[in-house]
Amino acid sequence: MDFTRRETLALGGAAALTFVLPFRASAAADDAIAEFTGGAALADAGVELTAPEIAENGNTVPIAVSAPGATAVMVLAAGNPTPGVATFNFGPLAASQTASTRMRLAGTQDVIAIAKLADGSFARSAKTVKVTIGGCGG
Amino acid sequence: MASGVKPRVKVPKSASAGDAITIKTLISHPMESGQRKDGDGNPIPRSIINRFTCEFNGQSVIDITLEPAISTNPYFEFEATVPEAGEFAFTWYDDDGSVYNDNKAIAV
Repeated sequence: MDFTRRETLALGGAAALTFVLPFRASAAADDAIAEFTGGAALADAGVELTAPEIAENGNTVPIAVSAPGATAVMVLAAGNPTPGVATFNFGPLAASQTASTRMRLAGTQDVIAIAKLADGSFARSAKTVKVTIGGCGG
Repeated sequence: MASGVKPRVKVPKSASAGDAITIKTLISHPMESGQRKDGDGNPIPRSIINRFTCEFNGQSVIDITLEPAISTNPYFEFEATVPEAGEFAFTWYDDDGSVYNDNKAIAV
């Protein structure tokens, strides 16, 4: 099979695009974090994210967040087509700032939790989850 | 409105004043993410529950914003303080404007 110069360029362009796409996805996650924190610095301690190391089914991955004293916790999946997962806003009657749910993961990726603490500072925690079967259709 | 939406909530029947109780909620909902395609390759439009709130006697316990990455039949587990006897009100807000409610009374 012979490739013309034009075809080769087109193929190369398509290949480059597939490599660039994952970086664009994580850029969207960074944007979401910046929007939530307003660009504030992120501490390492203060929020705990519990997620399985290996998830067999990306359609239902159980996760739990715990951030003592936090007013809000945002969960992001950096490798999903849309990075947002959920934002938990804790009210005055929340006994502890913990919550758990089940989420979809498109593939092996980092799950990130950002907590807004009572004093207005932010904390970040991330965990890599290996996904055997992705959960975004297709 | 998504069909067959049925909220299920698990709250203890009674608790001591000031106690922390664990609440588990589940609502049957397809949570169509908007990413999937049907047999002809047309994208299936997004249809999810975008917000869930839990209140006790009018005071907020938790308010969750949901994105398409939440699984089908969204499940939540969280803890609440019970200062007095009263009623928990659970509300789910659908993309299409539907609102699903459930209430659970608790004795002290």
